[in-house]
Amino acid sequence: MKIIVSVKQVPARDSALKVNSDGKWLDESDLTFEMNEPDAYALEEALQLREKLGGEVVVLCAGPERVTQTIREALAKGADRAIHVEVSADGGLDALATAQILAKALEGEAPDLILTGLQSEDLGYGQTGVVLAELLGFAHATIVMEVEPLDATVRVKRELEDGWFQNVVLPLPAVLTIQSGIKKLRYATLMGIKKAKTKEVRTIPAASTTPAAQIDKVYLPQRSKQSQILTGDPKEVAKQLVEKLKFEARVI
Amino acid sequence: MSVLVVLEQNAGKWNRMSFEALAAGKTIADALGVPLTAAVIGAAVDSLAKEAAGYPVAKVIAVQHELLTHYTPDGYTSALEQLVKTGKTEAVVFPHTYQVRDYAPKLATRFAQAFVSDVVDIKPENGKASFIRQLFQGKLNAAVEAKGEPQFVSVQAGAFRSLEATGAAATVETFVPQLDASKIRSKPEEPFREAQRSVDLSAAELIVSVGRGIKEKDNLHVVEELAEALGAELAASRPICDNGWLPMERQVGSSGQTVSPKVYFAIGISGAIQHLVGMKGSKMVVAINKDENAPIFETADYGIVGDLFEVVPALVEAVKKAKA
Repeated sequence: MKIIVSVKQVPARDSALKVNSDGKWLDESDLTFEMNEPDAYALEEALQLREKLGGEVVVLCAGPERVTQTIREALAKGADRAIHVEVSADGGLDALATAQILAKALEGEAPDLILTGLQSEDLGYGQTGVVLAELLGFAHATIVMEVEPLDATVRVKRELEDGWFQNVVLPLPAVLTIQSGIKKLRYATLMGIKKAKTKEVRTIPAASTTPAAQIDKVYLPQRSKQSQILTGDPKEVAKQLVEKLKFEARVI
Repeated sequence: MSVLVVLEQNAGKWNRMSFEALAAGKTIADALGVPLTAAVIGAAVDSLAKEAAGYPVAKVIAVQHELLTHYTPDGYTSALEQLVKTGKTEAVVFPHTYQVRDYAPKLATRFAQAFVSDVVDIKPENGKASFIRQLFQGKLNAAVEAKGEPQFVSVQAGAFRSLEATGAAATVETFVPQLDASKIRSKPEEPFREAQRSVDLSAAELIVSVGRGIKEKDNLHVVEELAEALGAELAASRPICDNGWLPMERQVGSSGQTVSPKVYFAIGISGAIQHLVGMKGSKMVVAINKDENAPIFETADYGIVGDLFEVVPALVEAVKKAKA
């Protein structure tokens, strides 16, 4: 089974975010980056499928030079090879433009499955997998918890709202967007890190696209509710809070 | 010319977010001075369509076909593609549900358009709609402009106040799309729920809820002690349950339980929207987080910016003292 895993590199989870000078994206100069966490679960699912069924796991990642670090990490965890689509700045690219770039980069690959995370932690559109499926003419399923490949089909368990689930059978090839947290993520081993250095990374230029949406402005949200911030050392704030619990909420 | 709002129903029952989407659609329709149309999709949705006609809309379209009995992305996309192409539509508005996330990006792609998902506000700007979306789980906002028409937009739960029925009776039309069973590729099975919940957090008066900030399973005793001191139920955000640190039945949020205690303690929880929708109904929210920009402070009545490993033990002491 040939599986493509589409991963994105995003600013690290606890980053202090600063808006850049044109006010349209982040100032990336002091940021550290990491693999988008939902995509890490897609990679894990792909590696486990390969371990069961054999085949190949190919990492697909679009972005500037810095994303090679995320690609190396995926290879060190066990992906077989990678495609790096060079995009000068992936900052505010809309999901359609991103998927067009990814679809073009996959020409000639003919995968059985494409896995990706259900959303990115930066833009959070949650669409790239679905749009990619449409552009490639593949079937798709989103928010997938379990993947069971059958002969020419795949049966997946999808998460619905409010604690409901549903199994769906799709023909291959298919795109699946993977829910976070469904498996335990592996760490790269020293051997894996060493091996990654010899694995193939094909670097290709991005297809030119016309943005379908643009970000006009990025800004800190205004607090709509006046939350009262209690200040002081831990003992003092604890005392203030207990007063609120006692006299306002009346729960003590 | 019109603004089309796609209402969501499941087995004959409305998804209530549909009427928030209707309110968002009205905002756009009013700004453009065009009529508001609502669509309902299914095998037989006449009675729902009639009910929708009681809302302030110009027209309701019942999109009906037996191949729409069960939701499939191929069926819904094709049906709506045909509907949108019948007239000139400025904007197509959806509630941001799991189902919409599954097919609306596909639909927008058929029109080579962007789908501006999960918007929290819509502002008219120079005669165009500016859509406000959250980035980085709510840490930043972005004003997004979609090029071309129709514009495809979904609205976040709770961002718009539901439109109320006025008792008017708008026109109801039926639209029967051309659908071909062989083009519907996915075969959905019956939805199911996993094991019955034995913990009902919805009735809890006090909830101590823990998030990623707790760092390790071995640190859970810090919040357990607070729950015990207060006589509160313990709950968690999704990552904690995904890691198996607490059972899934203690998860609060869109994929877990919805709670409305007298006091909700959000400890080390950043406040992603998926969590907030599950606890917004709390009477008082107390947030303890080391990141002063964490979106949870937006929802909190009282906030403490600090290290939970210092603040929570101090709080346990103070609670015990007050109760003694």
